[in-house]
Amino acid sequence: MHYLCKNFQSMVYLTRIEHFNAAHKLYNEGWSREQNEAVFGKCANENWHGHNYELYVTIKGIPDSETGFLFDVKKLSGIINGSVIEKLDHKNLNLDVDFMKGKMCSTENLAIAIWGQLSASLPDGVQLHCIKLYETPRIYVEYFGGQ
Amino acid sequence: MSRVAVFRREHFNAAHRLFNPAWDDKKNDAVFGKCNNPNYHGHNYELEIKVTGEPDPETGYVMDLKKLSDIITENVLEKFDHKNLNLDTTYFVNLNPTAENIAVVIYGILRNKIDSALDLKVRLYETGRNFVEYPVD
Repeated sequence: MHYLCKNFQSMVYLTRIEHFNAAHKLYNEGWSREQNEAVFGKCANENWHGHNYELYVTIKGIPDSETGFLFDVKKLSGIINGSVIEKLDHKNLNLDVDFMKGKMCSTENLAIAIWGQLSASLPDGVQLHCIKLYETPRIYVEYFGGQ
Repeated sequence: MSRVAVFRREHFNAAHRLFNPAWDDKKNDAVFGKCNNPNYHGHNYELEIKVTGEPDPETGYVMDLKKLSDIITENVLEKFDHKNLNLDTTYFVNLNPTAENIAVVIYGILRNKIDSALDLKVRLYETGRNFVEYPVD
């Protein structure tokens, strides 16, 4: 019984995976085309290119003693879709997304911006732990909130 | 001797838009939905090329997969990777860049670069859940 109580007080991480398909380019408007191509290579294509992004949203906490849930994952999915996916999916990240205006559309900056969108939308008591964002199956970033 | 199929996987990351220029916005939205975004969206396309034939008795190869990779890279990836399929290629000026049409185009590009004695098939994943194959048996 003591062993079960001890485990039940343990911090748990819960992750929900979503995805979005978007166009973007890496292009600093303050630089010449040559400098953009030298730094960003093919990613600077002014006509954009695209990715199937995979988004892992991890929250942390202690499971509720009555439900066994950290947080209802269907509600979490609804929040992620409403505050993030609907703004990004099948969009042009440089042109169509209000929270990316004025920012370079790198995966790093996108992860940070997604953290900002979610932390404003999650209820009190739900603690965001990590945003992991795959730009391709071989390239991903993780952001832990800048602590 | 037995026939064997060999496969090479490659990938390209591209922007595109699905629409029919002969239709109005309402019809394009109704048929293509979000895929009609005039500012484009994009995908990591995964490309699987299947070549079938009898292994050569001297090399044991149906086809040297390094050579197949080079052919795909030079003739497909360099035209499509990090590009906008609607704006940056000649193939989709009058052709909607659906996964179906992209697969047919890729087959057309590769067919005369690979020995005609070998069968060729293209499988193209637009996402992890949606993929197409051409030609069909």
